[in-house]
Amino acid sequence: MTNLEKYNRIFCDTFQVEENVLNEKFDNTSVEGWDSIKQLCLITSIEETFDIMLDTEDIIGLVSYFAGKDILGKYGVIL
Amino acid sequence: MDRLLEKKVCLITGAGRGIGRVIADRFARDGAIVYINDIKLEDMDSWAESCSQLYRTKVVPLCFDVTDSVALKAGLMDIYKTEGKIDCIVNNAAIIANQKLGMVTKSLLERMFNVNVFAVIDMLQIASRLMSRNGGGCFVNIASITGIVGSPGQVAYSSTKGAIISMTKSAAKELAPLHIRVNAVAPGIVKTERFDELYADHGETIDSRIEKIALGRLGTPEDIANACSFLASDRASYISGQVLGVDGCATI
Repeated sequence: MTNLEKYNRIFCDTFQVEENVLNEKFDNTSVEGWDSIKQLCLITSIEETFDIMLDTEDIIGLVSYFAGKDILGKYGVIL
Repeated sequence: MDRLLEKKVCLITGAGRGIGRVIADRFARDGAIVYINDIKLEDMDSWAESCSQLYRTKVVPLCFDVTDSVALKAGLMDIYKTEGKIDCIVNNAAIIANQKLGMVTKSLLERMFNVNVFAVIDMLQIASRLMSRNGGGCFVNIASITGIVGSPGQVAYSSTKGAIISMTKSAAKELAPLHIRVNAVAPGIVKTERFDELYADHGETIDSRIEKIALGRLGTPEDIANACSFLASDRASYISGQVLGVDGCATI
């Protein structure tokens, strides 16, 4: 499985959505149920999958599918 | 029969000496794999080795400054990668300073809050994410009875411990959905080396406070360690958000 496939799987599992909805509009203002608990689950899954620990600023900044991709880049994870 | 904390992976901060060292000893005796943290190594290596042999478990020194977020994160990741999980963290590291209100400097206040409060929040933030990967865990935060009832000469210290108490309650509620328990132990007057120093200077005042201890004796570091071990164990699996006073019934 590629890193992008792993990344997409995390979003699909966390928010119970199909992969085809993961686009630039997939963010915490438009996705139903993207609350602080889901945010923490998302962070935990990302950290575990890619074996990283995000800084607090990045946890706060992970507000969308696209933002997450940029943040992972900072930790050397190429999608 | 399994020991109370058999194979549980635990980190004790401020375990280089005093109450933290005794907590680490209790946890090791109860079968836990114990990581002992302090800012300096000093005799931790030799103590850890003898403790490991004595209690047939693994005791590992881990030096870092709890106020250094990067080092703290690296330390936790080390434990996680080595053991595959973190079950319990005892947030014991703290600065204790007794000064009358007019003598408390801003720099001391900042140092105390950095170690006693901000570092604990940092620990909760980072470690809870690692604990949640394995379905949960627990924190035991060392508060103080002064954080509940106050004490003259301890405005700064009791403020930090009051923060620990409210932090414990809020974090317990927030982390409960992740099956992470958060409790605090609030020691009363405990006979430590620090106590002996204080007693030499303020014996009469302290005697009057000891008279108010209903159980008629000072607390020991072992009393505190026993409470921590219980809260870290599965016997406390339905207990979270609580502040357990270990004070010989001094507060009633």
